[in-house]
Amino acid sequence: MKWDFTSVFANTDALLAGAAGTLRIFAICLVLGLSLGLVVGLGRYARTWWFYLPATAFVEFFRNTPVLVQILWFYFALPMLLPFEISPLMAASLGISLNSAAFSAEIYRAGIQSIDRGQWDGARALGMRWAQAMRRIVLPQAIKRMLPALTNRAIEIFKMTTLASAVAYVELLQQGKLIASLNYNPIEAYTAVAVIFLVFLWPLVQFTYVLERRLKRDE
Amino acid sequence: MAYQWDFTPVLANAPLLAQGLLNTLKVTGTSLVFGLALGLALALLRLSSRRTFAWPAGLVIEVFRTTPPLVQLFWFFFALPLLVGIEMTAFMAAVVTFSIQSAAFFAEVFRGGIVSIERGQWDGARAIGMNHGQALRRIVLPQAVKRMIPAFMERAIELMKTTTLVATISYADLLFAANEIAQKTFRPLETFTVAALIYFVVIFAFSLVARQFERRLAVSGESTVR
Amino acid sequence: MSLLRVTGLTKRFGTNEVLRSIDLEVRQGERIAILGASGSGKSSLLRCLNFMELPTAGVIELDGQPLGRERRPGERIYRESELTQVRQRIGMVFQQFNLFPHMTAVGNVMEGLRTVRRMPKPAARIRAEAELKRVGLGDKADAYPAHLSGGQKQRVAIARALAMDPEMLLFDEPTSALDPELVGEVLGVIRNLADEGRTMLLVTHELGFAYHVATRVIFLADGTIHESGTPDEVLKNPRQERTRAFLASHKQYSL
Ligand SMILES: Nc1ncnc2c1ncn2[C@@H]1O[C@H](COP(=O)(O)OP(=O)(O)OP(=O)(O)O)[C@@H](O)[C@H]1O
Ligand SMILES: [Mg+2]
Repeated sequence: MKWDFTSVFANTDALLAGAAGTLRIFAICLVLGLSLGLVVGLGRYARTWWFYLPATAFVEFFRNTPVLVQILWFYFALPMLLPFEISPLMAASLGISLNSAAFSAEIYRAGIQSIDRGQWDGARALGMRWAQAMRRIVLPQAIKRMLPALTNRAIEIFKMTTLASAVAYVELLQQGKLIASLNYNPIEAYTAVAVIFLVFLWPLVQFTYVLERRLKRDE
Repeated sequence: MAYQWDFTPVLANAPLLAQGLLNTLKVTGTSLVFGLALGLALALLRLSSRRTFAWPAGLVIEVFRTTPPLVQLFWFFFALPLLVGIEMTAFMAAVVTFSIQSAAFFAEVFRGGIVSIERGQWDGARAIGMNHGQALRRIVLPQAVKRMIPAFMERAIELMKTTTLVATISYADLLFAANEIAQKTFRPLETFTVAALIYFVVIFAFSLVARQFERRLAVSGESTVR
Repeated sequence: MSLLRVTGLTKRFGTNEVLRSIDLEVRQGERIAILGASGSGKSSLLRCLNFMELPTAGVIELDGQPLGRERRPGERIYRESELTQVRQRIGMVFQQFNLFPHMTAVGNVMEGLRTVRRMPKPAARIRAEAELKRVGLGDKADAYPAHLSGGQKQRVAIARALAMDPEMLLFDEPTSALDPELVGEVLGVIRNLADEGRTMLLVTHELGFAYHVATRVIFLADGTIHESGTPDEVLKNPRQERTRAFLASHKQYSL
């Protein structure tokens, strides 16, 4: 077997389109997942049952079912209840975002819980309300501790975007499939896709290692 | 017009779903066994003081932790058989992929557990004449494994969720079965909902067991620390 | 005849030279107390003698047999099997006990017999129980270390070392991690071993104990043997200024 990447290079356009698709869905899911996660995380930390219970149910459900099942559910099942179609991008974004929200919620919750009670007391003593104390005093400190875990989540989201290929959304792996079937070169096509992901993710992974080490050193 | 739910077509295909769940558990269990063994081997290699062992092991671990599992699965299913000229069933490709992939994660769990054992335990073992392997097997690993159990269980649960990817290479796991039934009965809503619930029940049950373990270990850990 | 002979023992950690060309001879039945300030290299010396740390340079002979072989002038290499043999012949007791928490007291004592000596379980158990009885813990055989006091833990650790029939024992501050009221029971066990005529090297800050039990006292400073002699010579009439200063700072442990 001889490796021959010319057929892959001939399809650079397709790969670029795939990379664009990957980056787009990654950006959507990163923003949606992490911000929705913050809301749910606050709910997990809340003392009122009407906020705590739904947040907990959400987290348990989305953490304990596979993302791919969620994506396929949004793509094939949800439209039965809606008067409109769901695009591959929408279905995949919904699945990945909600799943990531559930996981990041637990990161936020643990981060907030790790902040010393004295910080709350100090903020309250200044006359701050709960929301002010949370926003001005607790969250800024908690974010620093959560940063490595959140970056890890971002990496997981990036990896999860490949699942969008299951509903034929145009991203890197989907384009790899296309190139492989058009040129009968699965070895080169899939190797190329794997290498592209490594190129994207390797620096990010190394960065989280740095963050983790720095956090361990500071504490 | 409100949607008319009807679960009878799904129930009629219950045996298919059951077989799918069985296949899901089969892939998970097999990959778990190989993944643990390979993970321990990778961890020991990575901890080795010889760079010729440590470095390649580190590379394998990092590559498999860094690339998306679905890309790995496609590579092992579509590319590897051509590369080495063997036939590979979807089941084999899945087991190979998920074994190596979870091994990469297990390796880091093993490594973390082993280095968390204080140096005095190695000293105590060596002082009565144990060699490295004996100290590892009799003294260090038994203590490390206990600390690693929660992380192992979490990884096993992740693995079970990841096995749904085999549906994309047409292995008849639970998700694949659900997809078949949905297409056959034109009842995707009911079918995928039932499939999601089955996954939830099984995985949530495992999670509860894992949490129970974690709590018990945390309690006993506190009492044996001094 | 000398059981152990050390010549030119040097140990470096990176650029930090912890032991500088130490010469030492230990005869059968000798009991040597090693004194020295913190960081003077006492632990490093003991740990080199049973090769828990590999010497950077120097030769250690056991029963007249030099250990390891010379690869380049001044540099020796050791086989692991040779070192595990040596460690069975030279037992070691640590400041922090280093008991195996997942095994009972008798399990700890049996471990070397079972795993290293491959002794059958019933025989190992009988032997281990005898050793526990010897250190006064016959009734604690099935207790886990977590349920033992510090003094009991250290006595189990001593029994664990004794079970291997060592020709020589190394004690590295065996009572330093103990509450004061538990020190006596451990020193009592060590004293009994001394009375049996065992060869031992003992790092300790218990000057009184050293005075009464040791046949020779060594004062270590800057990685060298600064002063050496009988307990009376070193502890009562030290010749070196630094030894005197050290003893003065340890006045609270009266002789
Ligand atoms: N594994 C090691 N790596 C690097 N340096 C070490 C190591 N072990 C000991 N040292 C250094 O060697 C020097 C001597 O240490 P050693 O433990 O032998 O002293 P000690 O006389 O036993 O002291 P103490 O009374 O505190 O036990 C110290 O400066 C210590 O920092
Ligand atoms: Mg010391």
